[in-house]
Amino acid sequence: MTNGAMKKQSLVERLQYIDRRIIFAFIAVAVIVPLLIGAQLKEKTTPIVQAMFDNVEGLPEGSRVLLSYDYGPTTAPEIQPMVDAMVRHCAERKCKMYMMAVWATGHNLTGETIEGVLRPDFPDLEYGVDFINLGYKAGNQGLIRLILVDFKTMYSTDANNIAIDDFPMMENITSLRNFDLIVSFGGGFPGIKEWIQFAGDPGNIPIGGGCTAVGAPNLYPYYPSQLVGLLGGAKGAAEYENALIIAYPKYEDYPMAGMSLMVSQTVAHIVIIFFIVFGNVLYFILRARGMTKEGLGGVR
Amino acid sequence: MKRRVPLMMVFVVSLFMVVQNFVPLDEWNWIYQFLLDWTMIIGILSLLLGMWSLWKVHTQKIKRKSENYGYSFITLSGLILMLIFGFFPGSGGIENYWYRSFFYYIMVPIQATMFSLLAFFIASAAFRAFRARSVMATLLLLAALVIMVRFVPMGPLSPIVSDAAGWILKVPNLAAKRAIIIGVGLGAVATALKVMLGIERSYLGRD
Repeated sequence: MTNGAMKKQSLVERLQYIDRRIIFAFIAVAVIVPLLIGAQLKEKTTPIVQAMFDNVEGLPEGSRVLLSYDYGPTTAPEIQPMVDAMVRHCAERKCKMYMMAVWATGHNLTGETIEGVLRPDFPDLEYGVDFINLGYKAGNQGLIRLILVDFKTMYSTDANNIAIDDFPMMENITSLRNFDLIVSFGGGFPGIKEWIQFAGDPGNIPIGGGCTAVGAPNLYPYYPSQLVGLLGGAKGAAEYENALIIAYPKYEDYPMAGMSLMVSQTVAHIVIIFFIVFGNVLYFILRARGMTKEGLGGVR
Repeated sequence: MKRRVPLMMVFVVSLFMVVQNFVPLDEWNWIYQFLLDWTMIIGILSLLLGMWSLWKVHTQKIKRKSENYGYSFITLSGLILMLIFGFFPGSGGIENYWYRSFFYYIMVPIQATMFSLLAFFIASAAFRAFRARSVMATLLLLAALVIMVRFVPMGPLSPIVSDAAGWILKVPNLAAKRAIIIGVGLGAVATALKVMLGIERSYLGRD
């Protein structure tokens, strides 16, 4: 569009073609400021998250929980808070935690949980007795199918190459059927769906999940018959943290990552809603002035 | 012969996998286990094949000095360095300091940045695309607004919005998703049968 043409445009028309960098600036402020302030937003726990929480809460002491880190750094900001909350819950319930990854990028993220949650907050828990990092193995759904039949074929050592039989918590683990609960974090491929198809359904093993908010609607069809519960995005993490605080009030003043993220996410959503409504108001004003439907655009 | 043998192998193996699923006998366990071992072997080999492909594509780019071939140097350097850090004797494998540093200080920020950019583009795309131009577009717009508004604290209105969002996710969304999943499932069965019976042969290549 030429400068001459721009001069003839009304204010409404110019706002219709608002520079996208202005929207970017609004979003940046909406995301960064709440994070800097460090505010937290409590979320009421929805039934699907409560079901996941109740399942872990109902596990007797010493139950075996397999946590599969099926995600990477791209989705870690959304998923890591729910992993941390669930690991904290499992530790409170004195469950045995087995960490593994069917994503190559998941292996290093297990370290985040061990160093960020278990070591500082549960120093009494011992590696190899209460929790273990089995690391990443290639094979995608083939791996899941294989360890459903024979676990130690694939996992003869832990992530640090120490023989698996040296760890007391690996005694009597022969297949995935020995676990009381499997929780897969990450909605990509392979992920929750593959755990349901290749372990949960054929092995009759309870499967839980945590995924990005975008991936959650794809997994709702599996709840409640094939998934015991599902945590979707930062909201799912914040809801799980809320359930944890209610059950364990000592976490009331504890900094919770999911709740902190919810403030940023909420403000960002308000900004997006504002721009959608604003865009539609401009659209209807221009339509009322007789401009054609096709002629109305948006940002550049 | 070149085509008949693979076709027969596919038919026999796939028929066995179908039968063993519906008629589980202890005597078949070792065959099942043997075939599963092979899936792992093929999976790991495909990883090597992927690395070889990556190597070939980028070395050719460098040789031909194609556009932006400088990035190929970075890709190949990353591949080589991570292999050295992971496999070098005494390096400590994937717990190696450099391996971990490359992951945490290069890969994590790069991937996180790429994904974070989505927030900005979604916002600008929403402003541009979410217009009530027709009845269907208005329905989409309203559904999107309700789903987004549920994140916003609205006092006494919050439970109503939350219920409305829950209904959208559990009724129309679930119905559509289930239909897609069932459709995909039936499609997978049909494709598997075509492969098993030798009707679909594209996996054999052109020769």
